[in-house]
Amino acid sequence: MLVENEAGALSRIAGLFSARGYNIESLTVAATDEASLSRMTLVTSGNDDIVEQIKKQLNKLIDVVKLQDLAEGEHIEREMMLIKVKAAGPDREELKRLTEIFRAKIIDVTDASYIVELTGASRKLDAFIGAVPEGLITEVVRSGPTGILRGAKGLTL
Amino acid sequence: MQSHLADGPDPNETAMAAERPLLSGAEIAIQALIDEGVEYVFGYPGGAVLHIYDALFQRGDAIKHVLVRHEQGATHAADGYARATGKCGVCLVTSGPGATNAVTGIATAHLDSIPLVVITGQVPTPVIGSDAFQEVDTVGITRPCVKHNFLVKRLEDLAETIRKAFYIAQSGRPGPVVVDIPKDVTDPNVKIPYVYPRDLNIRSYNPAKRGHLGQIRKAVEAMLDAKRPIFYTGGGAVLDDAAAPLTELVRALGFPITSTLMGLGAYPMTDKQFLGMLGMHGTYEANMAMHETDCLIAIGARFDDRVTGKIEHFCPHAEIIHVDVDPSSISKNVKVQVPIVGPVGSVVTDMLSILRESGGRPDQTALAAWWEQIDAWRGIDCMRYDRSSPMIKPQFAVETLYKVTNGDLYLTSDVGQHQMFAAQFYPFDKPRRWINSGGLGTMGFGLPAAMGVQLGHPDAQVACISGEASILMCIQEMATCKQYSLPIKVVLLNNGYMGMVRQWQEFFYESRYAHSYVDALPDFVALAQSFGHVGMRVEQPDQLESAMREAFAMKDRFVFLDVIVDPSENVYPMICAGKGHHEMELPPTMSERELA
Repeated sequence: MLVENEAGALSRIAGLFSARGYNIESLTVAATDEASLSRMTLVTSGNDDIVEQIKKQLNKLIDVVKLQDLAEGEHIEREMMLIKVKAAGPDREELKRLTEIFRAKIIDVTDASYIVELTGASRKLDAFIGAVPEGLITEVVRSGPTGILRGAKGLTL
Repeated sequence: MQSHLADGPDPNETAMAAERPLLSGAEIAIQALIDEGVEYVFGYPGGAVLHIYDALFQRGDAIKHVLVRHEQGATHAADGYARATGKCGVCLVTSGPGATNAVTGIATAHLDSIPLVVITGQVPTPVIGSDAFQEVDTVGITRPCVKHNFLVKRLEDLAETIRKAFYIAQSGRPGPVVVDIPKDVTDPNVKIPYVYPRDLNIRSYNPAKRGHLGQIRKAVEAMLDAKRPIFYTGGGAVLDDAAAPLTELVRALGFPITSTLMGLGAYPMTDKQFLGMLGMHGTYEANMAMHETDCLIAIGARFDDRVTGKIEHFCPHAEIIHVDVDPSSISKNVKVQVPIVGPVGSVVTDMLSILRESGGRPDQTALAAWWEQIDAWRGIDCMRYDRSSPMIKPQFAVETLYKVTNGDLYLTSDVGQHQMFAAQFYPFDKPRRWINSGGLGTMGFGLPAAMGVQLGHPDAQVACISGEASILMCIQEMATCKQYSLPIKVVLLNNGYMGMVRQWQEFFYESRYAHSYVDALPDFVALAQSFGHVGMRVEQPDQLESAMREAFAMKDRFVFLDVIVDPSENVYPMICAGKGHHEMELPPTMSERELA
């Protein structure tokens, strides 16, 4: 979604979901190249009728400038994760190997820990979490997915 | 609702504005209302709006301010004015409790899609968020019950924001818009050049101006193919002033028509093609026709739960055409086959011309059989009541009101049994005559709404039908009626109970009347007199008509008519929860009543 970069726009959208009983599974929002607009990627769930109604309700909000259902076409989804793991003794080598397999990056190192940065589809992030040996995860920070439609056409004004 | 955007402000005004006088925020707020053509502001002063009130004072009679006695009254009065005139209602209230008191009225307008602009004062911008005196997050509190709202943080944005508010409130599917103005933005000592913006660009807001012609053609074809068609119209037909083309279309086709509570009057209710209201307390014939129809033409209606009954049983045989200006109303509760997004007036007009061009006629044999069936349902006489009762029956009171006013009345209502009796027994032949809170069901709406109606139509007969429970929720507005000499007639159907609550308790809670008996009622006659009005009480059926005639003959007086009615009467027919249109409860027959 492209939304007006105004105070209150986010709460209108979040409020709509809670007021009408829809789910927000994740929500990412940041400024775009156009200063007056923010771009929001929102992941929700529901059958076709519910998703249709969610789209209509969002479009009705004055602050929502443009909306695109990425699930309707070929699209790319990326999520970033920062994960802090306990890395001591033999685990250090194991975690480093895992990082390489997932094409992740170790971005912070102490005697006892790594911070690993990993970007990809949400499933890949889930898989990495699953692959870390039991008990080694200290902290997981995920951005929630952001998405874009494949091809030349863009979500612009 | 016509958008003002296309016309823009009057060119003369624009020329004057081109001189760009220096105005303070407070003066801008008032000047913008004047430029918008606002006639009445309903309000109540307080700290955060004192600058604006001072600017209002200094403009003399350029705008008429109506001082209500509670901010809920201001919003309902502005709402009643909007419903009765088709113009935008305007309120001005202070921050904190002023704003929170207005919320019920804002939500009432929101649920019925009524155009309002509500200006609320706010604490000065530097102290916002500090829990300052009379501070609430007005924009946050009202967000779920407005079409849109604004917090104006910069003086430079004020004029354009007010223009946007009026445009948004009145265009597309209308609704209330709140403009929250911090006190420092209205500082009388800070002035900027003022011009009321002629053109607006809201890039994310483009309400439909016309329906899709291909879809409209499809709809007309479906109508011509139908064997058992019915029109089902709602508040949208009233709001968009679509009564004339709607009536023409329905008559041209010869189809039956029913209406929701909010749509009453868009098609003449005394016409033989009109089947009465549908839904929970609708007529047997309207609901049975809904159940049996093969082609439902929904015009500006939103398939509300009070209308549809149990969704699984709703119109099981019908292809559904749905015309609405709001795309999110379409296929929200009921899946429709022919959706048409557009202003209902323009779509219905397009339907008429396509119908005429096609030269087609509906299947007359099928239609005749359909009417025969409908007439058989009508024969059930679903709204019968005991006309020989020694007590005044509420139905009889409404029928008498119709007789006394010759059907020429603006009638506002509160919420409950009296509202349903009025909708059933007072046939409105014109739109904007029946004014009630259908969506939110706000008790206390009727009296202040009647003030707005009377101000909008100073020479018309205006009455408020109410119950003794509802009327007490905004009774303080009798003082406003006195101050502005509003000759409203209150017709109180006094049964001592919250009648609709009592009815549900009788039906569904084995007559355990938990707190629905209104003990310690005031003497309404004396109460009305204490406010400087005329109060009358009627207890005998044979005295009712003469009392009403006497009341309505007092053209320049507010009269409070306390009508003591049968406390045990129930609203029939009724579709109980979880039932379909074909499963109505009919009124008890004479013998059943005797058995009881």
